[in-house]
This record gives sequence, C-alpha cells and structure tokens, in this order.
Amino acid sequence: MAFKGILADFSATQILNLINLAHKTGTLRVYNPVVTDEYITDGAGNKRKKVVPGEERVSIAFRDGKLILATMGAQDGHLANVLHKAGKLNAEQARVIRERGAKYSDKALALMLINANYVTKADVVRSIQRHTLDIVYDLMTWTQEPFVFEENVLPSTDRITVPIDLKNVIIEGTRRARKVKPLEEELPNLDMALKFPEAPGEKFRGIHLGVDEWHVVAFINPKNSMRQIAKACNMTDTEIRQVVYGLLQAGLVELVKPPGMKMPQPVAAGRRSPAHPSQTIKPSVVERLINKIKDM
Amino acid sequence: MPMQTVKMVITGPFSAGKTEFIRSISEIDVVSTDETISSDSAEYGTKAQTTVAMDFGRITVDDDLVLYLFGTPGQRRFDFMWEILAEGMLGFVVMVDSAKPETFREAKSILETFRAYAPTPYVVAANKQDNPEAWTPEDLRIALRIEESVKLLPCVATEKESVKNVLLELLYSILEEMET
Repeated sequence: MAFKGILADFSATQILNLINLAHKTGTLRVYNPVVTDEYITDGAGNKRKKVVPGEERVSIAFRDGKLILATMGAQDGHLANVLHKAGKLNAEQARVIRERGAKYSDKALALMLINANYVTKADVVRSIQRHTLDIVYDLMTWTQEPFVFEENVLPSTDRITVPIDLKNVIIEGTRRARKVKPLEEELPNLDMALKFPEAPGEKFRGIHLGVDEWHVVAFINPKNSMRQIAKACNMTDTEIRQVVYGLLQAGLVELVKPPGMKMPQPVAAGRRSPAHPSQTIKPSVVERLINKIKDM
Repeated sequence: MPMQTVKMVITGPFSAGKTEFIRSISEIDVVSTDETISSDSAEYGTKAQTTVAMDFGRITVDDDLVLYLFGTPGQRRFDFMWEILAEGMLGFVVMVDSAKPETFREAKSILETFRAYAPTPYVVAANKQDNPEAWTPEDLRIALRIEESVKLLPCVATEKESVKNVLLELLYSILEEMET
C-alpha cells in the first residue's frame, strides 16, 4: 500500500527508517511544495495552510528495504552525465555519448563504454552509487515537501540499480542534516537510557560509525541515561541528541527507561493518587465485561 | 450490593474519531460536550463540532456492573481535562487517524502523556482504515515507534464490530496484566 504525507510531519529520515525496517519495495516520489489557501488542522487542533504536491523533485527506488536508484527531476540522470559528474568522462565525451547513445538504455550504454575501455564496471557502479547518495543526502535536508511512497513500483529493468544499505545512509544523512532539524521534539527526555536491539552484531555489520557515534555506542547500557553518556563523552545535549537520533533512526539502538527512573508525574501537587483500579478490580469483573461486549 | 463502575478512556489527537468510537458502542446516546466550530476557529472546515470537555458513553453489564467510556477533548487547549479524565481509569485506547500523518506526532505525545498519568494497559487503534489513504497498522507502528508488546489494532470507529474488537483486546491485556 502507498503512504503519503509531507516532510514537515514525517521527515525524510523517518521515511527511510520505515522503508528500512519494513523491508519495503517501491518508489518514493517527493514534490515541490505548493501552499494553497485551504486550511488543515494538525493533531493538536492548530490551523495551517494545506500544502499539495507540485512538480516532482526526486524519485527514489528501494528494493527489500535497500536504496537502489535516485533521480532528480530537474537533473538529467543520463549515464553519461553521471559518469561526467564523477570525473570518469570529460564534458566533450559526455556530450558525444549523450548524442550518439540516446537510443541505448543505461545498461547497454554501460556495456559499450566498458568494452571500449572508457570506464570500468567499478567506475559505473561507484558513480551511480555516488549520484544516488548525493540526491538522498540532499533530500534529507528538506523540510516541507509532499511525498508519496508507491509500493512495488520500480524503475524499468534497463536502468542500472546499485543496492545500498539504508542504515549507513540514515546515519550519514542525519550528520549532514544536523543543523536543519530541531531534535528536542524527537528526544525530549535525556534521562531515558539506550539498549541494543536483538542481534546487534548483525545490525552493526557493515555500519560505518564516526568517532562520536562509537564513543556513545561504547556506553550503551540500559543503566546509563543519555545525560550520563553525554557527560562521559563530553558532549552537549544537542550533540548527544544528534548522535542518538541517527542511531535510533538506523534501528541500531532502542530507547528504554533506566531502572529507578520515575516517569513525570502530572498529578497536581497536593492531590493524592488513588489506588490503581487494577489493584481493586477483580479479574472476574473484567471477564464479565469481556462477555458483555462479545454479546453486544 | 453497591453498583461497581469501571472506567476506560478513549484519547487521541483532534479529529481522530474518539466521539464516533464511543457512539458506535455506547448503549446510551453519547453525552457529548461538543461545541459548534466557529468560522474563525482553526478547525473550521475540518469538522462541524469539536469536543471541549469530554464524551461520555455507557455499557451496562448487569445490575451491579457498568462500564463508562470517557472520550478526551482532542485539542491541546482543553488538555487540562485529560488528567481529570485519566484518574481511576482501568485502561485506555489511543485513537490515531491513519490517513493524517500531520497528527502522528501529537498522537505519540498524547500516548506518552497518558502513560505517565497511570501505568495502565493501553492499545492503539489505527482508525479510518477504510480510507484509501490510510497508512497500514504495520507502517504506523514504525512511524509512531510503538513497541511490539503494545497492541496496534486496525479500526473503523463507525463500525460496531471494529470498536468491539478494540475494547476486547484492551480488556484481554488488562486481564493478562492482572494474572501476571
């Protein structure tokens, strides 16, 4: 099934995390935002102008939760241009190949260029990978654009696709987008601790963490709050949030309440908290409720 | 024998379908404290009425047992009511409009707030699953970061069977917790 929204409500990082964790196959399309005169209401009852999709800005394909290809609407994603941008062809070579190779698919063109010793297979793979990642990292700094993810829609089979693990992309993209996204909303409580998910060895395989991330990872333990980890790593609140946000989005860590941590008590001062109903209500009462609702 | 009352709270963001949920199952006409939305209000055009204090529904089991359903006001400006409504609840349902990602952040925030009020069992109802633009419950679980141990149930609040299923699942969770 498709899902859609705007990046102001569900960020590119969150979308990539969803695609990664759900092992989704399909195409994410992101559009230029067009602000209308119509109003919508958010979950808190606040009014804001409705944003609808304009021209398509990027199209990003995924297979089984892996990034495989990205194309930028305004950019010519022709293989010759991608190789030129990567420095594998000069401008004149790219122009000639574009003109003469217009009728060939990317795959056919790549084969011809490899056979003619213009480039190697590794050059093609690396150039497409670089091109794809540049587009995705750019996307991860956008904040207002409408998007739609179309399940099971993939590029035509004559396009060259290179599978890229999303966990590293999420971490690197979060590093690059650090100055863009306020993280206090995502991680409001630094007294929460972190733990590794099940099979952490498998999840961390092939992951390229930076020095800051490794410092934090070294202290991950359900007994250590993020605040304590920040202190141990000599990080500010913002810095620890940035690192943890990237790790969380990549599914490498999970938030957990440390032992002994008291949840914020919103009960007003002076008001006594009554005994919890589950302590005063017998299971037989719940069973009667179940039977009643079943019979309705 | 004195009448025993049990209370459950139906919460969630603005326009998530809380009033409809209670209306579909309550044996009485929902006592709703809705007010008409004025044309200069933020919600004008999105729904005709909004709950300002609470919705109230009832399911009578027999002469000595009654279940009360309280629906919270969705708008933040009425959140002073939440804590009052949460007092003494046996469990709660968090309703999410599955087709409105602009409400997901608020849904998560409300969920955390109610979890802090009381350590009672709860379920998340992925409402409006009949809307073609609805996100699937599986996607919502990841989007809202709902733990696997928490039930996230597909729901159409206007359909009685769907509402029954959500309430039953909540009651099963409550019973399970009592027995452990």
